[in-house]
Amino acid sequence: MSESIKQTIRSFIVENFLFGDEAALPTDADSLIAGGIIDSTGVLELVAFIEEQFGFTVADSDIVPANLDTIDAIAGYVGRNASTAAAA
Amino acid sequence: MCGFAGYLGHVAEPERLLAAMGDAIAHRGPDGRGLKVIAPAGSALGAGLSHVRLSIVGLTDSAQPMASEDGQLSIAFNGEIFNYVELREELIARGHRFRTSGDTEVLLKLYEIYGESCLSRLNGDFAFAIWDGRAKRMFIARDRMGVRPLFYTEKAGTLYFASEVKALLAIPGFHATLDPFALDQVFTLWSPIAPRTAFEGVFELEAGNFMIADASGRRISTYWSLDFPDSRDVRPEMDEDDKAAQLRHLLEDATRIRLRADVPVGSCLSGGLDSSIVAALAADMAPRGLDTFAITFDSPEHDESGFQTLMARHLGVKHHEVNCTEADIAAAFPDVVRLAEKPLIRTAPAPMYRLSSLIRETGMKVVLTGEGADEVFAGYDLFKEAQVRRFCARQPGSKFRPHLFRKLYPYLPGLQKQSAEYLAAFFGADAAPLSDPLFSHRPRLRGTAAAKLFFSGDLKSRLAGYDAADDMIAQLPERFGRWHPLHQAQYLETRFLMPGYILSSQGDRMAMGNGVEGRFPFLDHRLVEFAATLPPSMKLKGLKEKYLLRKSMADKLPAEITHRVKQPYRAPDSRAFSGSVAQEHVHAVLDARRVAGDGLFNAAAVDKLVQKCAGQAAPSFRDDTAFIGVLSTQMWLDIFQGTNRRASEAA
Repeated sequence: MSESIKQTIRSFIVENFLFGDEAALPTDADSLIAGGIIDSTGVLELVAFIEEQFGFTVADSDIVPANLDTIDAIAGYVGRNASTAAAA
Repeated sequence: MCGFAGYLGHVAEPERLLAAMGDAIAHRGPDGRGLKVIAPAGSALGAGLSHVRLSIVGLTDSAQPMASEDGQLSIAFNGEIFNYVELREELIARGHRFRTSGDTEVLLKLYEIYGESCLSRLNGDFAFAIWDGRAKRMFIARDRMGVRPLFYTEKAGTLYFASEVKALLAIPGFHATLDPFALDQVFTLWSPIAPRTAFEGVFELEAGNFMIADASGRRISTYWSLDFPDSRDVRPEMDEDDKAAQLRHLLEDATRIRLRADVPVGSCLSGGLDSSIVAALAADMAPRGLDTFAITFDSPEHDESGFQTLMARHLGVKHHEVNCTEADIAAAFPDVVRLAEKPLIRTAPAPMYRLSSLIRETGMKVVLTGEGADEVFAGYDLFKEAQVRRFCARQPGSKFRPHLFRKLYPYLPGLQKQSAEYLAAFFGADAAPLSDPLFSHRPRLRGTAAAKLFFSGDLKSRLAGYDAADDMIAQLPERFGRWHPLHQAQYLETRFLMPGYILSSQGDRMAMGNGVEGRFPFLDHRLVEFAATLPPSMKLKGLKEKYLLRKSMADKLPAEITHRVKQPYRAPDSRAFSGSVAQEHVHAVLDARRVAGDGLFNAAAVDKLVQKCAGQAAPSFRDDTAFIGVLSTQMWLDIFQGTNRRASEAA
């Protein structure tokens, strides 16, 4: 489950932020901000993607780097929140 | 104001070359032409000067190239010496005679008497070349701030120089090639770092420098550079009222001497504080009334017409405005790149080109503007941002301090929704070391450099890990580390972005594209030197920018303008190209096969970028930067490297 979430997120990052350039994909633990991959508009694009793809609403208070700044963090955050949506 | 070109060395058909160089920059001087070939007897070196004239001072008697009375000196000059009246009187009092009424002869006479040290006497915006037959040498100099341009190159031992690179393209056998390191610099700090230009092998004479070239070679020296007191010598106890009065006096005088011309002088009015101040001072000094000029936009995000009209009514001036649509920006953009002669990562120069065309249509060719005030008196958001970042760094993890970032950028909707944690992360508040000399500029440099994602593998390997930011650090003076952080930030802005982008791509090149000369009272060196000695808190007081400037001018301005928070000048970027006509052009310029063939960018990624931007109302900073950067670079190749490319395609 977690690996397939990660793969979905990686694909989104490659398509939307790296324009298909897989070689530029950071490791799962790299900061997306420090890597110049995400800026303030990018975060909003990421949130919109998560909501649409995983079927739950991201609370404003959840929009913090601890939840969204690495592929690992995003997968963990999605895993915790999508489970209820998926089970329903 | 004008344009010129010339050479020192051996040229096969000198008249023909000088005429062709003049043709290439004819837009800078529609009012007259002149050239002069100098072949000194018994000397190995030949010299030539070509001049295109925009007549502003000494309308009938100051044709160029101009020779000294004894015929030993010849000058080609672009710009103005604003204090020429005083200098002329001083020389007359000492027994010198003048044949003309203009500033060109004064400059020539000063050089004749003082040699290269004449530069310290000049208050002006200038670039010029003087052939000195006595010493058999060419003396070339540029103003302190970098208002007027000067480029040079060498081919087969001959030195060529010109106001714009276009004139150098007329040199037989010269082919334009884009310098990949310059491209890395544009994609980091918006312009190449002087003396490098976008053209391989072509250099810029830096602001505040002069060159002496003769048979033994060429040598470049600095006669002026921006300086600040050591941090420990900054005197915060200065009397604020005293300083405000001094500022006012200097600014009035700077404006007064910039109104000197034998043609009418107008004033730009952006709606912001700086141009309002200049227009207010000029209106008082223009007995026959003042014409003001402004750009308006359709999008409320960019438009400032409300403030422009308010100020124009307040002054009772004759106000002219022209609206700049997104389609106008897209349509003008190839011309903008041709005039700027470098890749751009913003469209903001395009509306300036439209503004200069309005000024020309009104029949005027000289305007004052408020340019320079943000550098000199600390007006840019970046200065406040650096202050907030330092404030946050003193209490890492604070949940409250990063909210100040939102306050700094009320016009960026994307930021308003962000948490304190994200705000701190975007601005590197917790990460950047305070000891980094580029601390103030890191978020901007990093944000821009993110667009290098689109560089091709081939380009990346040619750059081999080169980083333009390191190059900036290498150019800093030794004393930089002793300055106050605000002064360090001001220095970086004034030394790099101002001449490299603001005064050139967005300034001289866009104005002169329509034969219009801009004059900048805030860049009078007396005012710049005065402002450098002020304590930082009189410039940026808390988060109030240009504090002392506002205070010194409050009686001349409506309260709405005096207290207005700085709104940066911006224009629609990738969005300007969303119309169907523009899209067609974009697809032609960014055709995947051509992009791939030129080898600078990853063609497949560029294709996706074009699609993404076309479908978005508000693209991210990075995507906007990349879109305009890639588009303008490919246009640059079309315009300047066209012949080369066709040759290599045929091969």
